[in-house]
Amino acid sequence: MKQKTLCIPLLMLALLIFGFGTVSAETLQLLTWSGYASKALVDKFEAETGITVKVTNSNNEEMIAKLRATRGAGFDLAQPSQDRVQSVQEKYKIYQPIDMSKVDTDQIIPAMLEAVKKNTTVGGKAHAVPFCWGTSGLVVNKKLAPRARDYSDLMNAFYNGRIAYRLKRPTLIGLAFAMGENPFAKYSDPKAYRALMERVGQAMIDAKPFVKLYWTNGDALLEAMRSGEVHVAMAWDGGGWKLFNENSNIDFVAPVSGALGWIDTFAIPAKAKNVEAAYKWINFVLRPQNAAAFTNSQKYGTASRGSLEYLDPSVRDNFVRCFPPIHINNIKWYPPVPAKLEAIEGKILDKVKAAR
Amino acid sequence: MNTSARAKNRNFRWGLLFFLAPVCLWLFLLIVLPHIDLLIMSFRAENDMGDMVWSLSNYRNFFEEPVYWLTYVRTAIYSVLVTFLTFCITLPLAFYITKVVCPRYQGFLTILLLMPFWVSELVRVYGWMILLRESGVVNHFLLKIGLLNQPIEMLYRDTTMVLGLVYTSMLFMVVPLISVLESLDDSLIEAAHDLGANTWSILFKIIIPHATPGIVSGSIVVFMLTLGNYLTPNLMGGKNSLWFTEQIYNQFIASFNWNQGSAFGFLLLIISSLIVWLGLTLSRQKLGKVVQ
Repeated sequence: MKQKTLCIPLLMLALLIFGFGTVSAETLQLLTWSGYASKALVDKFEAETGITVKVTNSNNEEMIAKLRATRGAGFDLAQPSQDRVQSVQEKYKIYQPIDMSKVDTDQIIPAMLEAVKKNTTVGGKAHAVPFCWGTSGLVVNKKLAPRARDYSDLMNAFYNGRIAYRLKRPTLIGLAFAMGENPFAKYSDPKAYRALMERVGQAMIDAKPFVKLYWTNGDALLEAMRSGEVHVAMAWDGGGWKLFNENSNIDFVAPVSGALGWIDTFAIPAKAKNVEAAYKWINFVLRPQNAAAFTNSQKYGTASRGSLEYLDPSVRDNFVRCFPPIHINNIKWYPPVPAKLEAIEGKILDKVKAAR
Repeated sequence: MNTSARAKNRNFRWGLLFFLAPVCLWLFLLIVLPHIDLLIMSFRAENDMGDMVWSLSNYRNFFEEPVYWLTYVRTAIYSVLVTFLTFCITLPLAFYITKVVCPRYQGFLTILLLMPFWVSELVRVYGWMILLRESGVVNHFLLKIGLLNQPIEMLYRDTTMVLGLVYTSMLFMVVPLISVLESLDDSLIEAAHDLGANTWSILFKIIIPHATPGIVSGSIVVFMLTLGNYLTPNLMGGKNSLWFTEQIYNQFIASFNWNQGSAFGFLLLIISSLIVWLGLTLSRQKLGKVVQ
């Protein structure tokens, strides 16, 4: 088993080498999140351009690890969050700069494009363009936990055995905000950041008996919420809205101390083989109709300008219901994560997981 | 030596080389080479300036941070426990299949044992989760017959995790046990009965000594698989289940610290070799003989 885990990078490399002959030029290897490249969109893209899309589902950490193992080969397009591009690029050089002349920038909301360009600039060149955005906050079963309003409810003994969250950095950040701190302001000061994270970690350990599970898979969490096993969870807004469609008792709640706003992007790996196809996919997905189709199924907003008019009314209602202006203005957008913070957070999370 | 014999000999060597080459390549390229790379990586660390230097700090971290070595010890102890429990469950099973049941059904029963392993480990673990979860099948059943007033959470406990691990590794113990028990002469047991031996002394004086090579080889496989398992502890153990492989995964994936991760990998390799060596010494078996 152990050998197996250790060999995976090399196996992947071997597969790539042997794969050279068989993979035709007209495929697009897409490294993305589950749900981001729906079958409908992939089929439409194939019919339009003749390019086959091969989708690999992943998350931020695994995307970086995969691309790092191959030094940016094996995929033509990746979709990391905007805060996880800059320091990673500086350290491992796994992406290539975006050629803005090939991106149909008229389709993209200008403010978002500028923000992402700024946050992913390395050596004077932007390395990503925005795709979609959403927030992390609480998903609450309002019938069984009517008063859950903030991240601190994830440590509330009142919901004993009915709490779920991910053991990942957003939880640490959210709980730090709920303690009245601003972790983003401490990004540049590793010492203060470590001290803050240790406090958060200790609070999590103290409240660990109340936790039902640390979820790792979005579908597993949705299932636990549906069956009523979990009443309060930290999760993405899209997941909460999916549940709201099925059962109006369960809904996303923007926490009082602020939902955490993320933007997922398009970034092209350094050794992408089919860069043209990558740009074609970016322009295709950000076309208003296609972006709206994505939002209608996954509930996340996109960076596509003009997709609003194609949205289902129920999707628009989600935003109106859960994000009145006061909550919108309170969203905490992730600034780029400096290197080294991951190691601090990793250790705290290990301690929480190991605690009794 | 005449020329034709020499030619034959040379042919034989070429044939051997031809058939051995893929194995050697496989071993060297996919196991030895990456391990050397990992070994080098485990002795390198970032200094305060952000440069990579030679250092023992990855190994020092392990001993200085209780979380790491406690998980390490916990993983090893649980793996030994799982191996032992697997043995206790499978020995009667193997004995029943080889000695008690009518020979016509032996093959059928063995296939029944094999059947669950035709689906992947992930599917089997999810199957257990569906059975044991709070809103799951077992709870539903117990509520229906009135044994419980409200559902209880059976998942996410250490006992559940051990159950899952035993279930996952049973096959690897049963197969060597069956093959070793088949070679046991029934007349030995009959003779012992005639001479007035009771069941326990038959078990400890005849069956177990005869089956030792099979027990040891099965135990080695089960122990290694359990120690290196990632899926079952992670999914069935839930919030308290930190397994050492998960620490390695976290170092590689979440913390981007490959150097620390490879140090952990080597520590795991060391403890598994150590425990296997210990088991071989205590049971006075030779590795070369056991794996035959």
